[in-house]
Amino acid sequence: MNENLFASFITPMMFGLPLVTLIVLFPSLLFPTSNRLVNNRLISLQQWMLQLVSKQMMSIHNTKGQTWALMLMSLILFIGSTNLLGLLPHSFTPTTQLSMNLGMAIPLWAGAVITGFRNKTTASLAHFLPQGTPTPLIPMLVIIETISLFIQPVALAVRLTANITAGHLLIHLIGGATLALMSINTTTALITFIILILLTVLEFAVAMIQAYVFTLLVSLYLHDNT
Amino acid sequence: MASVVPLKEEKLLEVELGELPSWILMRDFTPSGIAGAFQRGYYRYYNEYVNVKRGSIARLSLVLAAYVVFNYRRSHKELKHERPRKYH
Repeated sequence: MNENLFASFITPMMFGLPLVTLIVLFPSLLFPTSNRLVNNRLISLQQWMLQLVSKQMMSIHNTKGQTWALMLMSLILFIGSTNLLGLLPHSFTPTTQLSMNLGMAIPLWAGAVITGFRNKTTASLAHFLPQGTPTPLIPMLVIIETISLFIQPVALAVRLTANITAGHLLIHLIGGATLALMSINTTTALITFIILILLTVLEFAVAMIQAYVFTLLVSLYLHDNT
Repeated sequence: MASVVPLKEEKLLEVELGELPSWILMRDFTPSGIAGAFQRGYYRYYNEYVNVKRGSIARLSLVLAAYVVFNYRRSHKELKHERPRKYH
């Protein structure tokens, strides 16, 4: 049971070939493109959702920040769809791998910060010191703010990894417990099954919320820096 | 036995049974040929079931179910040990 618990997080290979590439590319099959004005149901639903999300998320930015709209929208679509597909039985979720989340978080954060430093140098440097601090505290506070700046990409990546991995592990554990309890005491198994259902509903919510949070934080870092 | 259309261009359902081995061997197995086959298959499915004005959710769920089966086959080796048996 111990080895099996983490077996679903191993990178899938088949005959030595990286199957993980196919699995990462699979969500793109579910988002077709079209040039028509009036599309089929699938594309219309996705367009409506995308408009809703982009209006809500990009309205706080100025013109320069809004050039990132495509990047942020594809980010939230990718993370959302990958997380939701990972809730299907036996599937592999790429966002459980820290490597991938770091690969998403670090370039985006670095891009936002470097844009800020290149275009508005004094304003970006001013972020290291909150307004109205007493003079003796300034050196310590600058150090603390620098640390909190550099921890932002790590926090982004680890937050996503930990949330999704923990959710999947809990589902595995409680599902296994339900199965084991069924032969011993059916009532307890029923209660555990209800907990499993609630947990699955939570996981659906978490899948989408995590995507949202990731993208929102990147956009906030962008807002600070444009 | 010999068909009117040359064997290379016949569709699978119209090939006669005796000609099947030679038909399979004549197919295009280069990478671009295989990619073309995947593209054609994808667009056949997409245009018939999804790209219509009121596409149903059933066909989309079929794709997701096929994804589940694909992953089950992939992880069958590890799952074999989790069956409730006396001797594993």
